Amino acid sequence: MRIIGSVNRTLTLGLVCASMAIVSGCANDKPKAGDAGSGGTSNGTATGTPIVVGEFGSLSGSESTFGTSTDNGLKLAVNQINAAGGIDGHPLTVKVYDDEGKPDSALTVVQRLINQDKPIAIVGEVASKLSIQAAPACNAAKVPMISPSSTNPKVTQIGPYIFRVCFIDPFQGTAAAKFAVNTLKAKRAAIMTDQQNDYSTGLTKFFTQSFTQQGGTIVANPSYTKDDLDFHSQLANIKALNPDVIYVPGYYGQVGPIAKQARQLGITVPLLGGDGWDSPKLVEGAGGAGQALEGSYFTNHSSMENPDPAIQNFVKAFKAANSNGEPDALAALGYDAGQVLADSIKRAGKPADGDYTSEAYRTKLRDAIAATKDFPGATGKITIGADRNAVKPAVVLQVKGAAFKYVTTVNP
Amino acid sequence: MHQFTEQLLFGIQLGSIYALIALGYTMVYGVLKLINFAHGDVYMVGAYGGLGAAFLVGTWLPSHHIFTAGLPSPIGAVLVLLCAMAICALLGLVIEQAAYRPLRTRAWIAPAIVLGAAAAYIAYSIAADANRNPASCVAIALIVWGAIAWILKTSQSRRTATVSPRLTALITAIGVSLFLENFANLKSIFTPDPRFFPTIVNIPDPARHIPRTVSVLGVDVSLETMLIFGLSLALMAILTFIVTRTKIGKAIRAVSYDADAAALMGINTDRVISFTFMLGAVLAGAAGVMVTSLTGTAINPYIGVPFGLKAFVAAVIGGIGNIPGATLGGLIMGIAEIMVVAYGSYIGVPDTYRDAVAFFLLILILLVRPSGLLGKFAPEKV
Amino acid sequence: MPDAIKKLPPLVRHLIAIVVIGAALMAVNGFVEGPKFGQYRESILIFCGINIVLAVALNIVNGFTGQFSLGHIGFYAIGAYVTAAFSTYGHARFFPGLPIDGSSPSIAHEIVPVFVLTTVAGLAAAAAGLVVGLPSLRLRGDYLAIITLGFAQIIQVIIRNIKAVDGATSFNGITRGDTTILTPHLTNFLWVYVAVAVILWVAYSLRFSTHGLAFLAVRDDEIAAESMGINTTRYKVIAFLISAYFTGVAGSLFALYLPSLSNDQFSFVRSIDILVMVVLGGLGSISGVTIAAVLLTTLPEVLRSVDEYRLVIYPLLLILLMLTRPQGIFGRDEVSKTWLKGQWGALRGVFRKPSPSVPLPPG
Repeated sequence: MRIIGSVNRTLTLGLVCASMAIVSGCANDKPKAGDAGSGGTSNGTATGTPIVVGEFGSLSGSESTFGTSTDNGLKLAVNQINAAGGIDGHPLTVKVYDDEGKPDSALTVVQRLINQDKPIAIVGEVASKLSIQAAPACNAAKVPMISPSSTNPKVTQIGPYIFRVCFIDPFQGTAAAKFAVNTLKAKRAAIMTDQQNDYSTGLTKFFTQSFTQQGGTIVANPSYTKDDLDFHSQLANIKALNPDVIYVPGYYGQVGPIAKQARQLGITVPLLGGDGWDSPKLVEGAGGAGQALEGSYFTNHSSMENPDPAIQNFVKAFKAANSNGEPDALAALGYDAGQVLADSIKRAGKPADGDYTSEAYRTKLRDAIAATKDFPGATGKITIGADRNAVKPAVVLQVKGAAFKYVTTVNP
Repeated sequence: MHQFTEQLLFGIQLGSIYALIALGYTMVYGVLKLINFAHGDVYMVGAYGGLGAAFLVGTWLPSHHIFTAGLPSPIGAVLVLLCAMAICALLGLVIEQAAYRPLRTRAWIAPAIVLGAAAAYIAYSIAADANRNPASCVAIALIVWGAIAWILKTSQSRRTATVSPRLTALITAIGVSLFLENFANLKSIFTPDPRFFPTIVNIPDPARHIPRTVSVLGVDVSLETMLIFGLSLALMAILTFIVTRTKIGKAIRAVSYDADAAALMGINTDRVISFTFMLGAVLAGAAGVMVTSLTGTAINPYIGVPFGLKAFVAAVIGGIGNIPGATLGGLIMGIAEIMVVAYGSYIGVPDTYRDAVAFFLLILILLVRPSGLLGKFAPEKV
Repeated sequence: MPDAIKKLPPLVRHLIAIVVIGAALMAVNGFVEGPKFGQYRESILIFCGINIVLAVALNIVNGFTGQFSLGHIGFYAIGAYVTAAFSTYGHARFFPGLPIDGSSPSIAHEIVPVFVLTTVAGLAAAAAGLVVGLPSLRLRGDYLAIITLGFAQIIQVIIRNIKAVDGATSFNGITRGDTTILTPHLTNFLWVYVAVAVILWVAYSLRFSTHGLAFLAVRDDEIAAESMGINTTRYKVIAFLISAYFTGVAGSLFALYLPSLSNDQFSFVRSIDILVMVVLGGLGSISGVTIAAVLLTTLPEVLRSVDEYRLVIYPLLLILLMLTRPQGIFGRDEVSKTWLKGQWGALRGVFRKPSPSVPLPPG
């Protein structure tokens, strides 16, 4: 009996511990003083009860640079909205949780947002992998979720409550292939894929499809992972095959060394990439990667040089709010997610019972987001299409003198 | 054949970097029988240290400024390298004094200072984020510091033997590793953003993307590759000199042979262990600067993890605790990895198996020679 | 415990225990699934349960037999991916009753699929355990740790290369023609804690049986154990297999809970997480490891209010713990009345004058 007794004892002990810890863990939900929202109310125009916008992103861990950028953009949007009087006198406040870039954490924090913080809608994630993880929970709870920059097509297929404000991989891959064929007159392309990244494998697939359809040949498709530091071997093989262009659909952290090592090997053809390249850090500090990338192209959501006032105002405001830091694409998309959401709330109107988080109101909000049309965002005009993806053109930028210069626009 | 030689040279280049890190693992294991998981993170700190030094040197020595000059600036580059090495030596010393030594002795002052300071910093930051006034932030930080010092003092004076000293040390090493990564990741420290080294030694002609190359065995090799290989070789030669020809080297060898007997012979084992840590850390720091500046790899707080793991495997393959073994293991790993990427697809191993090769080799070698290639197998006496 | 129960034959006592525990779990499950409790707390409870299974299973190898495995994450991955693949590819043949949109049917409909899937996953993991364990267990200490780590990494790379489960990216189901079959969402509080109850029972039974003494003998002195006639290799392999089996079961429950699986959830770092639970709880202490698993799963949630600093506080606490209480919270002891009394005495002792210190033994 001793055994069974011990089992019981341990079980009960464990359960008691678990519940106690959870209760204590859930007890402190006061919004942090540093959160957006508290600052925006300073001019006294938005004084009603705050409307909570949930956000989850990788704010720590190895992917944290993406989450942080998005967070900066979203908070800028919220602060601007609050400074302009909020929504019918209600300020917006962002409740953000860190998922450390871990899929199980992403699920937990989204459940926490839905259960504890009662947000009007949820903004997140950058990585498609994590958006896919959390989206079913949002969809089941009927909380609209807007992903700022998950470009994998699977994300919005999860359900009617899942949106995004960026274009999707098939479009971007095709745009890059079109540009390679039409402008660069490329016949032979090599692709370097980050094999563990949904984003990179998706772009590779669609680029290959479109490029071969237009009569081109893919001469090589070696892969790498984000932890690699030596790309010489793949590049030497590519060099021997003599391609006209090398497509590198990856994040900027790996594009830098790939470019640098390609130039060390004497590869002179241009590199071509996707929106994962867009960060001022790619070219900062003369020398380094910027020099090696000189003359390379990438497809992007928008050009920060675009004279469009919506874009220029964003750039100016972002620099003012982030001690002169240059915004990247993720910040711009985070900003747009916030702006589109606020605009949709305004269009959905005031709830009759004053409750912004009731199921009826969220359904109304969902319809309003779906009806977004030609919204002037920091990444161009945003229209939400039938499959809840943003329909917008891609631009092609060139790396020139440590800056990104606008080259052309590819329409959907 | 030409292409094969080229790939082989890439393998040697990668292998020599693995070897540099592997040496640190192997030496620490030799004297302490501890897998120093934090070693990969020392590499990371070295890279950041070099980056910081590069900016300082760039500001202080305008005539040799290293960012845009078309000419190589050897003085600046050497200064950057030395700075990073010095920073890492200090870090190695602090880690050993604050985390590992207290496990062996009853020392409590060093961990109380270092761990307490870290905890106080975190407490201060949390308080400051919550918009408390500066005085109370400082008070909170000091209270936390005092509490940690008190806990360490009381518990260390009462601690008896540990259950499994080697396991305890291993977990501590894991803790140190996690701490370094996540501390560096804080927004007030290095931030999670990747950074890129400015070009220290500006070899390629920026206008035409034409590298300066040297001809080795009929293959054009970029000067960067040659520099990585040459510097690694030089550092390994210096290390071998220290270990085999100097008094402290003799002490290191004695401690790794039999620590108790060495202590009885009048060798200050604690001092030897500290020195070994510093020596390993210096190599890791040098590797950090070399790799990130010459290959263009991004620097972020987590770069040490995968790289450290592979270097550690290299050390085991060569026979952990054995210095030539670490070099051999590093080279084997580097070459094997590059060969899989370059030619694997011909024998049905796609390049996505790159990371498995290292571990496959590891298992194979351990099963055939349980102490690694050059390690001495010591059967247990009953 | 009343004397009347003590007098009953063992089989009856076990049956009573099963019924009582089962009923209790059902009751708690009803509450947990209810609207008031919320999915967030439920998911924390579920991750606690999965981590308890993982930690107690690892404890059987690392704590009972003293063999040091860093590779259990590989078995965990195998359990998860086998479950995901089997439930989606074998859907039409084996689980026609399960909804293909991944939603969960009633508990009665879940019993068979959950049992089948976890068993298959456990067996697959145990088979892998045999492949890994037979050659590896010849090695000792650090080398065993390294070689198991190597196997886990290889398993991860192999999974990464299996296209059928989208190993390199993320897997949430398959598309057959125009129907998409998602991995079923079967894991809930009840099934996780049934698994917890089973592994605790197995662990306690092992620990306090003659086999358990053989395990401990292998841990304390392998050579002496061998000379007493204990077949050490056999015991090491048995412990490894049992442990791998339950790690696979945990992986299965994990796969049946998350909307999609991705390869990087099974990295070396996660291996370390579990190891830390075992060491923190106390190597060999079942109750200690259980409590440590619960604490370390909930701690990050408690620390969410200090978001950015959470990942720094955790290793700092770990280092401090190793310096102040290296044997873990519970050492080798199980939680009991005498143990609690002893701890209370020790705690009071801290505030008294320290006794003259004893020198540390070497090592």
